[in-house]
Amino acid sequence: MILANLTTADLTERLTSRAGLALGIGPFHLRLTSDVAAITPLLQQLYRHYPLTDQVIRDFHLHLSGSALHRRWLRPQVQLLVDGRAPFEPLPAAHHLPALEWGMNWCIALRCNHLLMLHAAVVARGEHAIVLPAWPGHGKSTLCAALIHSGWRLLSDEFGLVRPADGALLPLPRLIPIKNAAVTALQTFAPSAEFGPTFYATRKGDLAHLCPPGESIAQSDQIARPRWLIFPRWQAGAALNLQPVSPTQAFLRVATNAFNYETLGGSAFTLVTEMVRSCNCYSLTYSALPAAVAALETLT
Amino acid sequence: MLLNALRQPHGLPKLSLEDWDLLLRVARRSRLLGRIAADLSQQNLLDQLPPSVVNHLQAAQQLVSHRQTVLSWELNRLRWALADLNPPLILLKGIAYHHAQLPPARGRNFVDVDLLVPPAWIAPVEQRLLERGWVQPKLSRYDDHYYRAWMHEIPPLRHRERDNEVDLHHNIVPLTTRQPPEAALLLSNSVAVADLSAEAPPLPVRILAPTDMVLHSLAHLWFDAQPDEGLRLRDLVDAADLMRYFGHEAEFWTQLPQRAVALHLERPLFYGLRYAQRLLYLSAPAATCRAVAKFAPSYPVLRVMDILVPLALMPEHPDFPRHRAALARWLLYIRAHWLRMPPLLTLRHLLYKSWARLVQQVKPKTPV
Repeated sequence: MILANLTTADLTERLTSRAGLALGIGPFHLRLTSDVAAITPLLQQLYRHYPLTDQVIRDFHLHLSGSALHRRWLRPQVQLLVDGRAPFEPLPAAHHLPALEWGMNWCIALRCNHLLMLHAAVVARGEHAIVLPAWPGHGKSTLCAALIHSGWRLLSDEFGLVRPADGALLPLPRLIPIKNAAVTALQTFAPSAEFGPTFYATRKGDLAHLCPPGESIAQSDQIARPRWLIFPRWQAGAALNLQPVSPTQAFLRVATNAFNYETLGGSAFTLVTEMVRSCNCYSLTYSALPAAVAALETLT
Repeated sequence: MLLNALRQPHGLPKLSLEDWDLLLRVARRSRLLGRIAADLSQQNLLDQLPPSVVNHLQAAQQLVSHRQTVLSWELNRLRWALADLNPPLILLKGIAYHHAQLPPARGRNFVDVDLLVPPAWIAPVEQRLLERGWVQPKLSRYDDHYYRAWMHEIPPLRHRERDNEVDLHHNIVPLTTRQPPEAALLLSNSVAVADLSAEAPPLPVRILAPTDMVLHSLAHLWFDAQPDEGLRLRDLVDAADLMRYFGHEAEFWTQLPQRAVALHLERPLFYGLRYAQRLLYLSAPAATCRAVAKFAPSYPVLRVMDILVPLALMPEHPDFPRHRAALARWLLYIRAHWLRMPPLLTLRHLLYKSWARLVQQVKPKTPV
């Protein structure tokens, strides 16, 4: 059963009840409660493909809380609570969805040290995955969004999860936050791309969330193997440039960009080494999405 | 449930999934998840647990062992930086437990390196560290004064590249406490720790004497109450571990009450022993209990503390916070502040702090 199967009344009931709404998001189980009514239609739109879960152990317990009475008229705010505590300052009330997404990022980044977490987008065809590690602003999410509208399956756009036991990539399909300018480019590239509302002046600028494809979510339990390492870099007006990268370079770029490379110590070293060995590594400079996607099609 | 997990980790494989779901949350909040993970893996019980639980425990262990590596390295750097200055250097709390391989070190997350040096050594040590790449955050004049005139440590230092916090102490409780212990007493009783590795830096390090170490962790428990976090159960667990470990020597138990008198920490010991016995099932010799009973407060105060302390010490159900627990935390925070500072100074400090906060709020803020 997926979230779309719930009626609005059902969903509201779950969100406001003690049991909460329990969703499976990649390998994680989330329990969400909320007293912010405005989040419900957004969940119905952007979270509709996620499976409801009856797992008893939930990895993250989140509560989205609206303002107390005296705040309702004067600068209303929204606060995300993790296990009853607020990891960050409240946000303006209109930023409920970003608050939820950042709260989940915070939980994953801090608590999931049983996995190696690369700062990378990952897409796959069958078992073969492209890993796209990049710094913020290098167009990783945008390229990832374009690829998933070109026949690739979404594994992740932010946390590339690597299982230490065998180096497999675990899918964690989530909403993809896209910055304002890139939204138009994506809509031109893939008219079927489905965006949520735009949130203005968040701490990451104006952004809208791309709904993850239902098929990708349905295949969340199917791991993939790293086959290509692509280091994307978006540059306004740049000509397309796909260059091989030496394994040493690739190793450094993956390791220094991971969320918890140091925390995992020796096992992270082995995992990244193995990943680089099993991949063809390239850097990709691009400005136009169609050309970038076509170049990757030829390569793979 | 959390107490049972700490007292009898071998019973955990029988825990229901519902209970695990809650235990993971409260243990994490009490900073004890790593500890529970360490106990379970020591007893080879991890493979009897549900996989989703094991993931959380392994993640917690991974983080703890990483912090221990990072902060041990920070200590190594500190010792090299201070080597030719050769100050007496005493390790406190987490880094001491870890370096001396004491029982509370297992699975214990520590966030900073706590060091104690004689008061006269503060200035040269601070100066040397500032020359060697450690930096101090820019503090307002008031905050700097607060640290230096009233506290037991100087403003935290951080290395420019490594960003680990180093807290340099000259005492174990704030100087504004009615009767702070004499630093010289702590130093003269401290003991040297042998280095395991042959490549250890030339500067030797010491730790507090067993009795003093217990008293320090208890002082920390009672003096450092926080309005939101309450009393740190973790500190009581540390103290109970240490008492159990050092208590194998009968001498320790006779010295403990005497030492509490010498360091003016009678009341912290009284409460610490009381709640370690009640909550963590610590057993202590009858003679020690009799000696410590002399440090008890008046009967009505004790009754009130018996209600407040467990409320403030135990983590709450994260989904159902209780008003009386919040009240207990707040009252014990006030009490801690009262112990740390004379009332007029507290008033002055709180007034200043609320003024500073008000100014902050009125200032135009940049959006987050």
